[in-house]
Amino acid sequence: MVNTLIGDLGHYSVILAFVAALVSSLAYFFSTNAAELSAEHASWRKLARGAFYVHVLAVLGIVFCLFNIIYEHRYEYHYAWSHSSNHLPVHYMISCFWEGQEGSFLLWIFWHALLGLVLIRFGKKWEGPVMAVFSFVQLFLTSMILGVVIGDLKIGSSPFILMRDFMTEAPVFQMDPNFVPKDGTGLNPLLQNYWMVIHPPVLFLGFAATLVPFAFAMAGLWRKDFSSWTKPALPWALFAAVVLGIGIMMGAYWAYETLNFGGYWNWDPVENAVYIPWLVLVGAIHTLLAYRKSRTALRATFILFITSFLLVLYATFLTRSGILGNASVHSFTDLGLSGQLFTYLAAFLVLSIGLLMYRWKKIPATDKEIATYSGEFWVFIGAAVLCLGAFQVLFTTSIPVYNSFMGFIGVKTNVALPADQIQHYTNAQLWLGVAIAILSGTGQLLWWRKQNAGEKLSQVFMLPLMLTFLFTSLILLLGKLGVLDRIDTPKYIVLLITALYAIFSNLSIVFGVLRKRVSIAGGAVAHIGVALMLLGILFSAGYSNIISKNMSGMVYAREFGDEINRDNVLLWRNAPTDMGPYTVTYKGQYLEVEGLPEYVNKQQLFRIADEFKAIARGPLKDGDKVVYTAGDTVNIYPENTYYQVEYKNRETKEAFLLYPRAQVNPEMGLLASPDIKMFGTKDLYTHVSTIPDPEEEKEWSELKEYKVKMGDTIFVNDYVAVLHGIEPAKDTLLLNLGPNDVAVQADMQVLGEKRTYHAHPIYAIRDKMVGRVPEEIEDLGLRIMLMNIDPENGEFTIGVNTTQKDYIILKAMEKPFISILWIGTLVMSLGFVMAIVRHYKDGKNNPVSTLTGKGAAVKREKQLV
Amino acid sequence: MKRIHIIGILVIAVAIAIIMSTASDASVYVPFNEAKARAQEGDNTKVHVVGRLKKDAKGHIVGMKYDPVLDPNYFSFVLVDTNRVEQQVVYYSPKPQDFDRSEQVVITGNMQGATFVADKILLKCPSKYTENEVKVETASL
Repeated sequence: MVNTLIGDLGHYSVILAFVAALVSSLAYFFSTNAAELSAEHASWRKLARGAFYVHVLAVLGIVFCLFNIIYEHRYEYHYAWSHSSNHLPVHYMISCFWEGQEGSFLLWIFWHALLGLVLIRFGKKWEGPVMAVFSFVQLFLTSMILGVVIGDLKIGSSPFILMRDFMTEAPVFQMDPNFVPKDGTGLNPLLQNYWMVIHPPVLFLGFAATLVPFAFAMAGLWRKDFSSWTKPALPWALFAAVVLGIGIMMGAYWAYETLNFGGYWNWDPVENAVYIPWLVLVGAIHTLLAYRKSRTALRATFILFITSFLLVLYATFLTRSGILGNASVHSFTDLGLSGQLFTYLAAFLVLSIGLLMYRWKKIPATDKEIATYSGEFWVFIGAAVLCLGAFQVLFTTSIPVYNSFMGFIGVKTNVALPADQIQHYTNAQLWLGVAIAILSGTGQLLWWRKQNAGEKLSQVFMLPLMLTFLFTSLILLLGKLGVLDRIDTPKYIVLLITALYAIFSNLSIVFGVLRKRVSIAGGAVAHIGVALMLLGILFSAGYSNIISKNMSGMVYAREFGDEINRDNVLLWRNAPTDMGPYTVTYKGQYLEVEGLPEYVNKQQLFRIADEFKAIARGPLKDGDKVVYTAGDTVNIYPENTYYQVEYKNRETKEAFLLYPRAQVNPEMGLLASPDIKMFGTKDLYTHVSTIPDPEEEKEWSELKEYKVKMGDTIFVNDYVAVLHGIEPAKDTLLLNLGPNDVAVQADMQVLGEKRTYHAHPIYAIRDKMVGRVPEEIEDLGLRIMLMNIDPENGEFTIGVNTTQKDYIILKAMEKPFISILWIGTLVMSLGFVMAIVRHYKDGKNNPVSTLTGKGAAVKREKQLV
Repeated sequence: MKRIHIIGILVIAVAIAIIMSTASDASVYVPFNEAKARAQEGDNTKVHVVGRLKKDAKGHIVGMKYDPVLDPNYFSFVLVDTNRVEQQVVYYSPKPQDFDRSEQVVITGNMQGATFVADKILLKCPSKYTENEVKVETASL
């Protein structure tokens, strides 16, 4: 049955949300322009609030309808059909929700709606102008999922479109408009990862939060109140930066764990698109802090907050309009919304920059020079450096846009992204890191110097510099001794020195100046986090070491000398191979079984017609507890195969198992995900690069027959096999034997290189017909059949086919000290949260009450505000 | 001159340097003929080539070589560029699994002698989104 009700409900909710956003933004506009405390102001505001509440309810309605469509498997809807499937676990249904463009827009809209409610509640005098901007943004965003066609103009793409309306050409729907597909096409397997359940909401919350400081900046310009908006905007800006930063790093961690490009950051346009606004937003926070301390850099603050929001819109345009085309490995769905996205970007570009230019002359600016030895000066330089770093990424990432633009005006260009993008970006971004490290250390030391009145410049810098020198020497020395990675590239040494300097100078602030009041140490802590991240990146990316070098000596062609890549190794099943300090053995293919925490060897499972079920061939245990006994039907997750790879350290004899995962996806080819073993000082990262194509039928050699007697030994494929006896068949479940049928099985032993295998080929007579069930020993590439039984002579005929043994091609690398990067991320986030708490409290308490209770350090700050 | 102006000039100088470095690092999309011409002139910079796999009349891919048992890091194939020029390409990495299904291939690299050595392959596969096919399963009805 086609359920049109839920879709109609959803669609009308979208329209309602759109109209309510329009009403709300207009009403807030009029209320802001009306005189404050007037009756007109109040009545407009009442209408605006009401409209926004309606908008929020409508948004919740859309979310409910879309989730219901996915959760109830309503495949009459295109969204459910193309993003979900029957066998998808519930937690991944949440990921389906935002796999599509419409859903991710909806997620963004949802966060804006919630943030809007918070601002209505706590916005006070800023409610009007800020919410006018908010509702206006919501108007644009809801239009993206509106799905209304007027003539040739398509406005938005509705997530509630029915299959029959989406595929009007499909013959199925022409024959029977009420046809409902039985199953969906499923969720992109790369997104079936728990990070994909939490990472997009965090990222979109970050996107949504970026709007808040922008809206405050706009409100300040609009109301000609150029200064006081900075106070409520600061904690919001910090919140946006930390959430966006965590979102980016979650995405990096997901890429590290799920994709197989060998790292956490690939400078893909999608990653860059979020990194750019984040850098600018952090820059904006710095100029804002400088302004709040010494009344400088207000104009820069306006520019940077406006830019960071415009860059979020630009990121949306880049990643969703299909303009990147060949430039990205990410598959973007081009919904034909590029015109609409461009309008959205252009509208805010013109409005915000226009307003800024209109008010430019009125924004107060100081004529006094900032002293070079003051903290604010270095903070300002830091913001400029951050923006330059963002500009470098932006300028290169936009190359496809230049091509499109030139094509649009009729000039054909053929510029491509740099051939080695990683090198192009890291060459520049490394120096950004160096500059940030130097500036964060120096800026912080000078910023807090005034708190310790009378301290000389040399005193401030002495200790951090000494510690930096000491630890740099120590790390370089340990590198020479071979304990750590040997750092001898000059630019890496520079990064090491500066990152250590940033750590020690900020630590000295935490322990020195701020010891008495830890709560104001947020900035120092965040900077330590950034410096730690730089160190983690330096070691893990700069000294990543591929250990799976192909040493077989067999190469196809030597035409290009020895310089060529041999980073992948072929591992035969059960044939140990030396790799780096390990002896590595590929031991078999495993599957995930419902109810068992560990993967189960495929040989223990008998696969049946329903690919999501299998029959246990023996007891399946969880530790010592038997969960399934032989013959039980178990639910399996057949898409992913886990390749058990044993690593044994030749020196320490320590052994562990890794299960890199691969899936042959009909649409996307081989999707290989790594398995990572974490040590204290490094990660061992392993993934399969290629597997024999499972679609391809195995090529078996011609059947070879052996006539044997009980206890005889034969040689099959160079392995010794012994026939021990004949016994009644045990595994007859699948043969559907009747009462008059018989089945026997041979009891054979095959001696492999590593272990002994038992084979039980079955010979059955059912309805007077002979049936044979062969036994396959995948490890040895053997298939054994009981061909015939000759009771008179006591002779048995054994048939044997052989095939190529199973193998995988593996890539493995060591990533030293990558944990420092994740720890740095946590420390940075902690610093941000401390700063949010502090500035939120500062904003809430009125200045008079704080003056009495707290220390002199705060007093000075407060007086400036 | 105020200090802020000096900073402004420095920022602009760095920005120009960034633009220059991007311009010099940026690659180009070229056909094989031009890639060859570049190599003959001694220009070793890496270029992008867009093409399709060479197929016979039945639609089978021809000229593809990958034998992981012999060398897992050697994959070679024939690419036909937009000017219908055929070129043997070598890729010193395992063969991408979805290679056979790809509609369009973008390679990055340069000509070395008679072969094009690619260090990056980008495949454009028929996306599931554009596939307007619904499987009608009668068996489970």
